[in-house]
Amino acid sequence: MKYKMFFAGSGGQGTLAMGQMIAKAAMHEGKEVTWLPSYGPEMRGGTANCTVVVSDKPISCPLINEADVLVVMNLPSLLKFEKMVTPGGLLIINSSLVPEKASRDDIRVLEIPANEKATELGNDKAANMIMLGAIIRETSVVRPETVYDELAVMFTGRKEKFLPMNRKALDLYLH
Amino acid sequence: MSKVLMKGNEAFAEAAIRAGCKCYFGYPITPQNEIPEYMSHELPKAGGAFLQAESELAAVNMAYGAAASGGRVFISTSSPGLALMQEGLGFICSAEVPLVALNVSRGGPGVGGIQPGQADYIQVTRGGYNGDAKIPVFAPAGIQECVDLIYECFDIAEEYRNPVLILADGMMGQMMEPVELPPHKGITPVDKISQEKPWAITGTDSHEGRNVIYSLRMQPEVLEKHVEKLFEKYARAEKELTRWNSLSLKDAEVVFVAFGTMSRLCAEAIELLGERGIKAGMIRPISLWPFPDKAFDELDKSTRLVISAELNMGQMLYDVKNAVQGRVEVGLINRTGGVVPSSLEIVERTLKLLEETK
Repeated sequence: MKYKMFFAGSGGQGTLAMGQMIAKAAMHEGKEVTWLPSYGPEMRGGTANCTVVVSDKPISCPLINEADVLVVMNLPSLLKFEKMVTPGGLLIINSSLVPEKASRDDIRVLEIPANEKATELGNDKAANMIMLGAIIRETSVVRPETVYDELAVMFTGRKEKFLPMNRKALDLYLH
Repeated sequence: MSKVLMKGNEAFAEAAIRAGCKCYFGYPITPQNEIPEYMSHELPKAGGAFLQAESELAAVNMAYGAAASGGRVFISTSSPGLALMQEGLGFICSAEVPLVALNVSRGGPGVGGIQPGQADYIQVTRGGYNGDAKIPVFAPAGIQECVDLIYECFDIAEEYRNPVLILADGMMGQMMEPVELPPHKGITPVDKISQEKPWAITGTDSHEGRNVIYSLRMQPEVLEKHVEKLFEKYARAEKELTRWNSLSLKDAEVVFVAFGTMSRLCAEAIELLGERGIKAGMIRPISLWPFPDKAFDELDKSTRLVISAELNMGQMLYDVKNAVQGRVEVGLINRTGGVVPSSLEIVERTLKLLEETK
């Protein structure tokens, strides 16, 4: 079992956090993981992406040549990274911010209107949690219960009041 | 003990704290800024002192002074910052003061860029300081290994009374991997320091007369004797600190020599070459100085090509050729300036080199 995943969006969309949630949950399930962000002189609104590898065996390289799962949060990410997906792999698109369709027909494509759904739930910022639920349902890379635990750890203290809403967002496409 | 998922830089800082680091001095530079940030809020909690200096020159000299008093001192920087620290490192070698320094390297020369690089190979193995001095350098390939090395290097630095360098890179600093953190050693109290380190400046209450730490020796014969004494230590370091890791050398047609991040790409390239029916192996130097010449005695008769794989213009090539001693052909696969090649690029270039050396 080895998942090579790539998450792309813009700063502030929670793209890196999505990848981290999966990496942390997988680690707590006893799997080997690496999480590698792009870094540079970046800011809110700039590009943000990360590579996550989850495996049963030690991971030699945290960089990937192609992705089994690609998650795109905005249009520039789709245009730039669509070619990365392994034939037969999975592309998950945040259709709220991506007005175009995927151009490939040799991969599985799933469109999730994440920002619209998050706004309906009362907080646009939860779009990444909505995507996360869909990713987990489609890939089974980690178990829902492990992610619930991670979510509870992430939203503690002053952030605890955001937990119920994020849990709702996560659950929307999880089951 | 359970694992935590930590960003490299934060794990490196935590490793130093757990090793009993008393003082950290630093100056911000990407891609290692999470280290001073983490130290600024975590080191005081552990009873240590964090200080952001006004420059790397100031940081290394503050470290020199603090380490002269015998406490455990840690500094970190990235490539151009290390260049600024070189003078201080030479002084610290001469003064025989222990210090652990981490270089989370990036592309160069000059200010260069901020993406991962290994173009400090010559800077860390040969030094930019003047005079006859050497600094042991270790190059981890992942976050856990780097954490373990930082923790251990405080002991090595004290045993040898010399600075020890750890060479990581921007990718290792920025990425996250599960890590098992070592136990807290705690900061050594002054009375214990004065017992264990009679040379340390702990005050005349705790040692007889004055302890003087210095690097100036005006009489040539005295200086020569001092340097010879340093080189007795370096000869011992060559025996005791040479480390490497060998992978799949048996029956290998081609063997990569790579350290740090590049070794991880080569590990994947070895798998990909195997799928194409080509047996490849790797010698991964963990100590860059002393360079593991002995590792090359393990080369199999099947090996006809050794490839130095580096994120620079071939700075390690000289050491690799020196170790191979003309036994087989030596090639180079490299990218520089912060560009990290894909494992596929390494595979393609390896096939080309194999073709050329037929």
